[in-house]
Amino acid sequence: MLRFAFYRLLQAIPVLLIVISLTFFLVHSAPGGPFSADKAVPPEVIKALEAQYNLDQPLWQQYVSYLGDIVQGDFGPSFKYPGRDVSELIAAGLPATAELAFYAMLVALVIGVSAGVAAAMRPNTAQDYIPMSAAMIGICMPSFLLGPLLVLIFGIHLEWLPVSGWGDMPGDKILPAITLGTGYAAYIARLSRGGMLEVLSQDYIRTARAKGLSEALVIAKHALRGGLIPVVAFLGPAFAGLLGGSFVVETIFQIPGLGRFYVQAAFNRDYTMILGTTVFFATLIIVFNLLSDMLAIWLNPKLRQQAQGKS
Amino acid sequence: MTTVEEQGTSLWRDAWIKLCKNYLALLGLAIILLLCLVSLLTPWIAPYGYEEQNLLLGATPPSAAHWLGTDIFGRDMLTRIMYGGRVSLTVGFIATAVALVIGVLWGAIAGFVGGRVDAVMMRIVDIMYALPFMIFIVLLMVVFGRNILLLFLAIGAVEWLTMARIVRGQVMNLRKQEFVEAAYSLGLSQWTIIRRHIIPNTLGPVIVYTTLTIPSVMLLEAFLSFLGLGIQPPQSSWGLLINYGVETMEEYPWLLIFPGVTLSLTLFALNFLGDGLRDALDPRTSKDQ
Amino acid sequence: MNNRARQQLILPLLLLIPTLLLSGCGSGESNVDSGNRTGTLHWGNGTEPQSLDPHIATGVPEHHIITAIMEGLILKDSKTLAPKPGVAESWTISDDGRVYTFNLRKNARWSNGDPHNANDYVWSWWRALQPALGNLYAYMYFSIENAQGYYEGTVTDFDQVGVKALDDSTLQVTLSNPTPYFLQLLDHYSLYPVHRGTVEKFGTADERGTRWTYEGNNVGNGAFQLVDWKINRRITVERNQYYWNSDQVQLNKIVFYPTENVVSEERMFRAGQLHRTGSIPADKIPVYLEANDSSLHIAPYLGTYFYRINTRVPHLQDKTVRRALAMTIDRETISKSILKAGQIPAYAMTPPGTMGYYPESDLRFDPEAARQLLADAGYPNGEGFPTTEILYNTSEGHRKIAVAIQQMWKKYLNIDIKLLNQEWKVYLDSESAGNYQISRAGWIGDYVDPNSFLDMFLCNGGNNRTGWCNPEYDRLISEVAPTVKSHAERMTVFGQAEQILMDELPVIPIYIYTSVNLVNKSVKNYADNILNQPSFTEMSLQSEQSNIVGGEQ
Repeated sequence: MLRFAFYRLLQAIPVLLIVISLTFFLVHSAPGGPFSADKAVPPEVIKALEAQYNLDQPLWQQYVSYLGDIVQGDFGPSFKYPGRDVSELIAAGLPATAELAFYAMLVALVIGVSAGVAAAMRPNTAQDYIPMSAAMIGICMPSFLLGPLLVLIFGIHLEWLPVSGWGDMPGDKILPAITLGTGYAAYIARLSRGGMLEVLSQDYIRTARAKGLSEALVIAKHALRGGLIPVVAFLGPAFAGLLGGSFVVETIFQIPGLGRFYVQAAFNRDYTMILGTTVFFATLIIVFNLLSDMLAIWLNPKLRQQAQGKS
Repeated sequence: MTTVEEQGTSLWRDAWIKLCKNYLALLGLAIILLLCLVSLLTPWIAPYGYEEQNLLLGATPPSAAHWLGTDIFGRDMLTRIMYGGRVSLTVGFIATAVALVIGVLWGAIAGFVGGRVDAVMMRIVDIMYALPFMIFIVLLMVVFGRNILLLFLAIGAVEWLTMARIVRGQVMNLRKQEFVEAAYSLGLSQWTIIRRHIIPNTLGPVIVYTTLTIPSVMLLEAFLSFLGLGIQPPQSSWGLLINYGVETMEEYPWLLIFPGVTLSLTLFALNFLGDGLRDALDPRTSKDQ
Repeated sequence: MNNRARQQLILPLLLLIPTLLLSGCGSGESNVDSGNRTGTLHWGNGTEPQSLDPHIATGVPEHHIITAIMEGLILKDSKTLAPKPGVAESWTISDDGRVYTFNLRKNARWSNGDPHNANDYVWSWWRALQPALGNLYAYMYFSIENAQGYYEGTVTDFDQVGVKALDDSTLQVTLSNPTPYFLQLLDHYSLYPVHRGTVEKFGTADERGTRWTYEGNNVGNGAFQLVDWKINRRITVERNQYYWNSDQVQLNKIVFYPTENVVSEERMFRAGQLHRTGSIPADKIPVYLEANDSSLHIAPYLGTYFYRINTRVPHLQDKTVRRALAMTIDRETISKSILKAGQIPAYAMTPPGTMGYYPESDLRFDPEAARQLLADAGYPNGEGFPTTEILYNTSEGHRKIAVAIQQMWKKYLNIDIKLLNQEWKVYLDSESAGNYQISRAGWIGDYVDPNSFLDMFLCNGGNNRTGWCNPEYDRLISEVAPTVKSHAERMTVFGQAEQILMDELPVIPIYIYTSVNLVNKSVKNYADNILNQPSFTEMSLQSEQSNIVGGEQ
């Protein structure tokens, strides 16, 4: 297992390199530089600024020195916020986004798995149709539609929950987490229903039932493990999707997270910030994918053998 | 006693019969066909001009003159939704087509050739799965401007991965099947085998997944529009219309409800259809059961 | 993990959701209520400030915060905007209007207790003019003798620049020409002093973007001091006990929130999370107006929304064409139906009432006459008129106006217009490079004087960007206006220049801005003025109970 992890981490390095390079050259080819302003900027000032940020060097040179800095963990200064380092900004925005993703994933898993398992237990009945239709609604309703609706109902009319912010007032994490997590809850519900249905039609389940075990026990002890495999496989892409989805949710709820920072940086042409955030996100996703693959292997004896066979 | 000859049937026929029994899926199909028809005919059947403004009128609720009301410029909502549908559906279909072409080719080659080539190709897919695509799309849109062609490519470039995986899995399974071996031993050329045996048998999952990718693509376009990176005005898509509607949802709820319902309905229809196709094409639930 | 362990996990997980939910119900006091109680103002401030260094910052959000933590020689009366004493308690002006002598307060101090005197100004203004600093407002100094020369390098000795500390509490400033609005300039943050010790502790004087402005380091001379800066979350300032007028200050604390999303900001206001918003979505304005809600503050704002016309483009070179375009914009309808906040249609560049200046212009909405003009120019009924493009930076508001104007030009002149929107940075580049045909623009006056609007269009004005150049206009603005004696004469000269501008129309004025804010009823002494700069030192918070809260606690 460790070998597997190590092997995968090694593979991550060329991936990151590709990500960094791609982003670097994309960003620098964008029209509109970081120092354009609506008040006319005297050319000497622009020159001075560019010199300070090394933008006057040839592109290749900038690229190489950037790589060198990254290896030492220095993402460079932000262009938009003079005096702030990119690492500082990432550290400022990360906790909110991480928490948001975590809660959203929690919402998605708990609601999704319960709904899917319940549906699979009595297929083609109300217990199946109702959660699955609700799941469909979750998939078909974009978060920028759901979010404001929830805000309207719970924040403004009922005044139960705050309409924005993160950690400033009690309960302000609920609506964002639900908004972000609902879409994924729906997918997970469908996946777990599908997985459970497949598992429940297997022979060994029939055996367990024939043995006289209660339905609950059958599910908990035998079915869940196999039935949730598709869900575990989905965790990696789900996490990547959550990070992307956080852009929108953070904008709606004014959450000071990394997603919002990233979108602003793209618009501001804050090169270093864009690069830093991209590299950071890519690393996160790679690590998370690795973890969820490891979880999948551990849950599935067949895959485990394969992995061990490989090493 | 005469033996009643059982009519030979193909997978497609079976699938069609099963599909017809699934009312939701049929409903979905009908809705999609209706929407496509309306979108095609829009320039002729739309009640008002697309950009026809009536500033003094402003936003009005549904009335006899304007079935779905008007927006803040006094533009007819029904017309805007119809035109928006053209854009959204076009983005949906074309971007999906891009994903389809890339994904199928990639997966088929990987699955069929196997070995080293397969390993490398699938590794690339795995790696790309790991990338924060939203980030790249945002960046691409920011760098190259909101070019609609670029939008298709960008979205298509994100969605082809799963298609490739599915196709590859299917092709690998098929390759090992006995009927393929039989075909080989009969001396059929590789190309004939691909054409006559592999492709028809992969079409099933491909169709299903394509039908399910379209809603995903449409949602992605709506997301980008929300961030200000999708379709550019004066063109409008359902995503943009919803966006505008959200901002004024308390004062003029119809600006949100109608585009929202339309988009959701389309997504529902596509999803039900996709599910129905998947159930219909699944050989395990054959008519013998 | 065996099944028992898994079961043990499920239960706590399931409990987590209700816990999350329960933590929400019965939420505590709103910000407004708690703020009224403790004297804390919750202020929606627009975008996250780029920098709080007064010699680097440019922007309204930065402005509000900087004026809370720093102060200049002169303040302004919050209603009339007339100059009143700030750090300078009195001043004299020489007969020729060129030499100003300021007497600084003896009790002026920095927020760390250090004494604050005239030398701070000499050093600060020296710093602001260092090219490496990249001060975009350097031009605000150019009325001072030799300041422009020093900045551009033609004068190398700063001693030649017209600012001297005669002694610790006397500052003498010499101008190149009598500049009637000079006192106003002194209230602009680009002329504020900075604390030398702090700046030099964190880098050289002209090093851009050091940490001296951050929480824990920032030292200012204003009514409040910076205590916390959580980027993208909030900026908190607390009362500065060393401020010379600290007994008059009622607020104890101000929290500035970055609120880019105006829709969310309005919701926050309604939910009681903010005392004041930076703006309001246009569609909500009628709602507040109809409800006669006194939280809605609408006031004229010193700014003009206009379209630049690139006079280098062949078919736009003829001023008859430009006039035809200008005369077919129905500004009244735009103001009423799109903007809805009482914006005034603009028929001249300078907002009327600027220091008693009322520009005369014969521009009006007259589609008939315009059609004739266009025909005269060689495009009868719009035939042969090339498709023209309006450029604007991505924003719903600008789009609405551009779409409306596109329709109007089509309807009245039968010409085809394309719309192009670009993101802010790209749009700025396009405009500066002249890559546009017609471009949306806006200009907020830096100080209350027509010069702030009219000197944009000098031949080599950095903010001109239209390629228009009229020597007579330049002469009136640069040579005649600065030298006339009386205010009335000056206004007349400006009037003449403005008439040239409105005759040739390299720009088409569209409307005069209004500032629109939501202000909670508990905020007292929130002054609406033409610069949208209420004074934090005057504001107080009064909760529903009639005891006035605030002051020393």
